[in-house]
Amino acid sequence: MSSVLESPSLDSQNADAKHAPARPLVIALAGNPNAGKTTLFNSLTGLRQKVANYPGVTVERKEGSWTIASDLRSARLIDLPGLYSLDAASMDERIARDVLTGNIPNLPAPDAIVAVVDATNLERNLYLVTQLLEYGRPLVIALTMVDLALKRGLEIDANELAESLCVPVIPVTAQQRVGLDDLSKAVLRVIGRKAEGARWRLSDCTECELMALMSGGGDSIDRQTALRTLYADELPQDDGLREAIESARERLAHINVNWWQEPLIARYDWIEQISSRAVKKHAAPRLSTTERIDRILTHKFFGPLILIAVMLLVFQTIFSWANLPMDLVDKGFGRLGEAVGSLLAPGLFRDLLVDGIIAGVGGVLVFLPQILLLFFFIAILEDTGYMARAAFLMDRLMRGVGLHGKAFMPLLSSFACAIPGIMATRTIENPKDRLATIMIAPFMSCSARLPVYTLMIAAFFSGRKFFGFLSVGALMIMAMYLLGIMVAIGVAWVLKRTILKAPTPPLVLELPPYRVPNFLTISQMMISRAWLFLKRAGTVIMAISIILWALATFPRPPQANVVNNDAAVAQATKAGEESETDAGVKTAPGLAGQSGEQLSQSYAGRAGHLIEPVIRPLGFDWKMGVALISSFAARETLVSTLSVIYNVGKDRDSSSDSLVNAVREAKREDGSPAWTPLVALSMMVFFVLAMQCMSTVAVVRRETNSWRWPLFMIAYMTVLAYIASFITYQGGRLLGFN
Amino acid sequence: MEIAENINALFGRTTEQISNAPRSLDILPIGAQARVTGVTGSGAIARRLLEMGVVPGAPVRVIKAAPLGDPIEVRVRGYHLALRRTEAKTISVTSD
Repeated sequence: MSSVLESPSLDSQNADAKHAPARPLVIALAGNPNAGKTTLFNSLTGLRQKVANYPGVTVERKEGSWTIASDLRSARLIDLPGLYSLDAASMDERIARDVLTGNIPNLPAPDAIVAVVDATNLERNLYLVTQLLEYGRPLVIALTMVDLALKRGLEIDANELAESLCVPVIPVTAQQRVGLDDLSKAVLRVIGRKAEGARWRLSDCTECELMALMSGGGDSIDRQTALRTLYADELPQDDGLREAIESARERLAHINVNWWQEPLIARYDWIEQISSRAVKKHAAPRLSTTERIDRILTHKFFGPLILIAVMLLVFQTIFSWANLPMDLVDKGFGRLGEAVGSLLAPGLFRDLLVDGIIAGVGGVLVFLPQILLLFFFIAILEDTGYMARAAFLMDRLMRGVGLHGKAFMPLLSSFACAIPGIMATRTIENPKDRLATIMIAPFMSCSARLPVYTLMIAAFFSGRKFFGFLSVGALMIMAMYLLGIMVAIGVAWVLKRTILKAPTPPLVLELPPYRVPNFLTISQMMISRAWLFLKRAGTVIMAISIILWALATFPRPPQANVVNNDAAVAQATKAGEESETDAGVKTAPGLAGQSGEQLSQSYAGRAGHLIEPVIRPLGFDWKMGVALISSFAARETLVSTLSVIYNVGKDRDSSSDSLVNAVREAKREDGSPAWTPLVALSMMVFFVLAMQCMSTVAVVRRETNSWRWPLFMIAYMTVLAYIASFITYQGGRLLGFN
Repeated sequence: MEIAENINALFGRTTEQISNAPRSLDILPIGAQARVTGVTGSGAIARRLLEMGVVPGAPVRVIKAAPLGDPIEVRVRGYHLALRRTEAKTISVTSD
């Protein structure tokens, strides 16, 4: 076989590919969710894969290169989203169909399809296979979990299966790389050969209608097209054909009200015939392991308790385990800043590099350990199959506010970061439910809020404990998470009764068997998510850091002596590092005041002054105003902005002593403390509810394909945040706090 | 309403099991085994149920209900499926 392969002749929709001189083979990997598709994809491609999105939508497009034979160019292996059918009910299914028919730009229709079939779940998996067969592309079946099926008393005869379906069936155990060579050979063998097609039959009346459609009208169409148009959701554009279809449907409906169910039932009839020949059933244990585990995990009483315990464990771990790597990242960037600072001559450029870029980006990278840990847990919960149980347990509650049990997973992910959470909402089929979920996802306290909470708690609520082990800080953070959740529930309730009014969404959810999580799958998910976050830090946040630095630096006051100013900052930092000494604490505010003068004159300062009357009722002064403005781009910048404002310079860690002290010591113009526990609480409440993340706005824009929803999101969330913060501060004062 | 139906299902179980009268999946007691006779309703959900193998003739078993009574978990074609009682209502079944 040569490395130059022409596209098969059945490839009519892709004229380019037909004339393409030489291109790598394109192989599509299709299969039900939980069929072992990802494991097979990883084994075939190793780590040579890339993740992107299909144009215009946010369905993840995974592609890898597969060395299919040593003398051939590597094939492009396209991992389709997990599917139950190709009937285009969800976006995933539509995309999969477009890939199979070559309707994706720059992606030729696949030369062959590898269908992953889970042996423990043969009949339902074969449903997708019948549909794939109907598309007529060369097809190979990779039969997974054969050993697991055997344990359940199901012995599958692969040869018999292959004969019935007229396609090669290769049993594989991807993790042990068993059967992968046979799979490659089988794929190479079928390329260029059209699959036989599924041999299921419809009733005589329906066949007659199909015949009539095939011959009637101007252009004759093949049986497959006739079948698809007859049962499609949309009617064809062509007037003649549309009339023919409508009258055919009317006649069919006359015979059977559920006429549209016929092909679906016919496919399963055929599948049952095949499986009765290919599957031998032996005695099996009465209860599978999964059922045993589920007796506890979805137990009426223990199930919810375990769910709460799992969530608590996850959050507790994130707060305690992440500290060490976070300190390392923070110290690393501190060292980097110092090193760069000492290498360069004092001046604007050094300030930009050290105080702007390194400080800004470093301040964000500090969260990488936390984000990685959260993604690690989410990946484990998903990979083991527990996520579906969580949806099962939570559905009744979610339905109470008009949401789907499936909304639970995106919302849980949003605790790490709203961006992947919002991207995960695409598993929700109904657009209105999806929108409602997207609209409330940012209320879940994401990890970018943590540094804000941490700083506020370190400054005003640390050190105290309840019952000797529950720290006040942990309780405060828990309260902030709960506040976000409560508001989200309220907003969802309102949205589902007003602008997103729709009947309660249905729930049909597979509870997959429990699996031991696959380390490779999990680490890959962590890496790709971390990369997403890093790209954001590298682009958006870096740009914002530079802009902020410029806004806070220009215009420079006329007498400002650059060298003196730098010396002052250096001294302040030094003082901050020795903050426990009395001298250090005393020096800091004075110096802050001196440089605050300059900040006050800068563009950022002017903007802060401008909004001060508006935020005064929330307890905020103009410096906090500056920090708020900057954090509208990304929440975590609050900490770095405060560091700049209070001249803490190189210290960006939200719990670093110098910044904590600077916040405690900061004074207003009248000499009263700028921050009090009440102001800190008001600030935290504001951060729970306000939409302060440009990246989320951008993602919502892309997911909803309009500016209307992201703008609406910014507006209503900001208003809510203002109101809640107002109530917190003014209510607190009325109660006698200050 | 739902509770009343459940109680009826509980007490009427034995007589109804003897008679093979079709009824909907949502009123079957936990642990009951039955055979699907049809999926009523149209639209995406009925289609999805059929695609998932809930077609006439398929055996189903009610495994359990979620802590708040809804959704329910059923076993069909060797795998486990969670669905709400409103969806289960559209599935008519008959006892073997």
